[in-house]
Amino acid sequence: MSAVPRPGDPVITPALVAEHGLTYEEYEKLVAMLGRTPTFTELGVVSALWSEHCSYKHSRPLLKTLPTKGKHVLQGPGENAGVIAVGDGLAVAFKIESHNHPSAVEPYQGAATGVGGILRDVFTMGARPIALLNSLRFGGLEHPRTRWLVAGVVKGIGDYGNCMGVPTVAGEVVFDDAYAGNPLVNAMCVGVMREEELMRAVASGIGNPIIAVGARTGRDGIHGASFASEDLSHESDAKRPRVQVGDPFTEKLLLEASLELIRSGHIVAIQDMGAAGLTSSSAEMAARGDVGVEIDVTKMPLREEGMTPYEILLSESQERMLVVAKKGREEQVRAILARWDLTAEVIGEVIAEPVYRVKEGDRVVAEFPGSRLVTDCPVYSPEARESDAIRAERERDVEAILPRAEEADAMWTLEQLLSSPTIASKTWVVRQYDSTVRASTIVGPGPADAAVVMLRGTRRALALKTDCNGRYVHLDPRTGGRIAVAEAARNVACAGGRPMAITNCLNFGNPRRPEVFFQFREAVAGMGEACEALGTPVTGGNVSFYNESPAGAVYPTPTIGMVGLLEDVSQATTAVFRTPGDAILLLGENTDELGASEYLRWVHGVVGGRPPACDVAAERRLVDTLLEAIADATIASAHDCSDGGLAVAIAECCVMDEDAPFGATVDLSPWAGLTLRALLFGEAQGRIVVSSPDPAAVLGIAARHGVPATRIGTVGEPNGSLVMQVGSNRFQASVSRLAAAYHGAIPAMMSRVATATDEEEASGIRHQASGVGV
Amino acid sequence: MKVGIVTFPGSNREVDASLAAQAVGAEVVTLWHKDHDLQGADVIILPGGFSYGDYLRAGAIARFSPIMQEVVEHAKRGGPVLGICNGFQILCEAHLLPGALLRNASLRFASQWVTLRVENADTLFTSAYEAGQLIRVPVAHGDGRFTADADTITALEEAGQVVFRYVDRQGNPLPAANPNGSLNDIAGIVNDRGNVLGLMPHPEDAVDPLLGSTDGLGLFESLLSRVAA
Repeated sequence: MSAVPRPGDPVITPALVAEHGLTYEEYEKLVAMLGRTPTFTELGVVSALWSEHCSYKHSRPLLKTLPTKGKHVLQGPGENAGVIAVGDGLAVAFKIESHNHPSAVEPYQGAATGVGGILRDVFTMGARPIALLNSLRFGGLEHPRTRWLVAGVVKGIGDYGNCMGVPTVAGEVVFDDAYAGNPLVNAMCVGVMREEELMRAVASGIGNPIIAVGARTGRDGIHGASFASEDLSHESDAKRPRVQVGDPFTEKLLLEASLELIRSGHIVAIQDMGAAGLTSSSAEMAARGDVGVEIDVTKMPLREEGMTPYEILLSESQERMLVVAKKGREEQVRAILARWDLTAEVIGEVIAEPVYRVKEGDRVVAEFPGSRLVTDCPVYSPEARESDAIRAERERDVEAILPRAEEADAMWTLEQLLSSPTIASKTWVVRQYDSTVRASTIVGPGPADAAVVMLRGTRRALALKTDCNGRYVHLDPRTGGRIAVAEAARNVACAGGRPMAITNCLNFGNPRRPEVFFQFREAVAGMGEACEALGTPVTGGNVSFYNESPAGAVYPTPTIGMVGLLEDVSQATTAVFRTPGDAILLLGENTDELGASEYLRWVHGVVGGRPPACDVAAERRLVDTLLEAIADATIASAHDCSDGGLAVAIAECCVMDEDAPFGATVDLSPWAGLTLRALLFGEAQGRIVVSSPDPAAVLGIAARHGVPATRIGTVGEPNGSLVMQVGSNRFQASVSRLAAAYHGAIPAMMSRVATATDEEEASGIRHQASGVGV
Repeated sequence: MKVGIVTFPGSNREVDASLAAQAVGAEVVTLWHKDHDLQGADVIILPGGFSYGDYLRAGAIARFSPIMQEVVEHAKRGGPVLGICNGFQILCEAHLLPGALLRNASLRFASQWVTLRVENADTLFTSAYEAGQLIRVPVAHGDGRFTADADTITALEEAGQVVFRYVDRQGNPLPAANPNGSLNDIAGIVNDRGNVLGLMPHPEDAVDPLLGSTDGLGLFESLLSRVAA
């Protein structure tokens, strides 16, 4: 059989090929593979499967260099989600994915369907989702368009996750004008199952039926995968119809039905119909199983009339799954779906003949040889060259930037930084996410470095966090890649968890630009180095290129989603001071590094200088030290130093818990030889602030690991003052003043009413970094 | 005590309710919304969630579920019914409780820990508490602003049917302590007969020190002590 054009199909012209995002060379490759001109349907199929989003054509060779192996890794990259063993026969499936482009043009549905997609990736593995996280990047909050995006994205994430009954427990929100034209919305899901329940999306068994289950198929989201594989432009808003529409209620039913289906033994494989819908799910399951498939699109349950095979194959209607059932079990599958008021229709079967064939009744509308549709996808290794402009930014002498007059009082600077939206409390955001459902959240969003979620039926718990400082990666991608992993590990360890594995979401610009591919190559290398040192293999993730607007590329942002394990829930640790009189200690060493800091950006409007160095071996020793001290029950709180440096970290330990702020007295005189602002606000890596009733024990453990540790002060009274002494300089502020800055900033910004000037700004895309008082 | 927990399509805190009931030693049976059988349950819990996606209006479709006929009859016989969050909304829609629950005053979902004052410790559901006791429990809802006409509110207050009220940590009713803007800071009410309780907060998520509070246990212990007898 061979595919023939349908009556009414457009003629394949170079313009049509270009519209489908295929290069001339890619089209030639397609023709060679088929041995003839493709049909319109085939062109559509290939444009989706060979899109960057589905094919990883610019990233695959480098991703292969990442460490992916470990004794506890049950499933590495290549499946719907990675899976690790966590003891007691339990396994954890987890994955992070981007939904940047849809969220840029339709923030509510874009973010909501991002959450829906990542949930499906996890429950198709057989795991029940137990936690959601998200990593968000926006432009400055002073722009009304940013506030519109923030409100929509947050509501979209909340409405979807809340309805599903999966707690949203952690994440991060960063505001920087580098993201003004192209926000980043990365969602992560974590699920748990028994090891033997692990289900893979590998089609097998000649004659086994292929069944479409869940929601009916409509015309929404056609070419979503291709849309995600191009730069955003002023015309992107016109592509809003390519954004899918989510229905969390149907997804909740689909979740329950899918888990029941997987446990029933009636099926051999299941995969989400996500990006590129029916096309990618069927082709990928066939390729993994090295079998042929035949599908009849007229059997597909539809919700619109007159859909063409092209549309049915490429629809990204949400809340759908493709299942390969055991032959003869069709009725049992239907019965399970019917119990949840969902449809299940047999649309095809696994065949021995090595082809991927799509029929419309008797007519063959697309036919590809073997699994070459997936395996023949082109792979590129584009040129990589660092941008001279960025090198100049890095080499800028930031020491030469003079302090502002107000900085004579370090507490003024501290207050400014605490009110920077990137540092300030995200309570306004996280209160819109249900974090307590499932009665398993030990530490939710709030005063801790990572979330802690119990594993029911065991004494164990998971520590979860996402992290990435894109500014560091922008200025020095190798170092920035290392830091993203190291910071996630520190955060997980601060909550009491042993870092186990990561998933990553690599958000970059257009890979065909040499300076972008340079960033990608270097950041991947940096991540790999840190993963090796920290013993955290990469189990999967997602690459999102083309995060560019007319103003340029976003900061390269390889978001790390880390899973850590607590052997005993009692080791869960938060970041805030708890008891007056506890000693405050610093693990790690202060340095003179000021480059790439939030201080320079927020107080001086400067993005520049060299990011702090990251010694991955030292980070490993630091994590080991902290975990041993936590296991010894000598740690009352632990908080890592990141944005805003040591002074901000200490202040956060005082004020992060709005209900129970504590004062503190700190003496940093041993470092009086460093530049004061580098000591207080520089972002040297490998530092953790802990409080402890037994400082001698902590110092002893640190010494054994060869980690520098110093007692720097004492926790003060509730609602007291923060006092910092550095040599002859003494700075003091009431914690109520610091708390007001920290907790008040985002609510104040979000309640701003749009003005005429705002309207003017809304039409622009990118603005200079805004300093204090703007 | 046998507790029947109804699962509607879209329920999502049925596991939490089940764990809480088991924590006080109750036997739990799961009741499917399409069934007509309470399986001999002494106490019925309508759990939190988004039954039928909260489409149309929170709780508006669930009240027509087959199982609700039996739940209503159980309530009319004086059997205890506890509606939490979405369950409270369903009880109002089913007219087992007066009033209605509107969109939060902030127009945003509210997920946070709150302090409740036990206003009436002389009910089937609260006898393990002291009157005036302050308890810490989470809320997680978008439509929790209890409202009713002035006469109903007055009648509820005078008859002691307001069982839980949002207060600050010191026990004072304050706008800032009320997560949804409900009238009179009402968090939970009981019917005039005293056998049907609806509340927006989640006592079932405050039953373990690891979760930050065990203050919710009292509600389940109260039921156990009265029903098991």
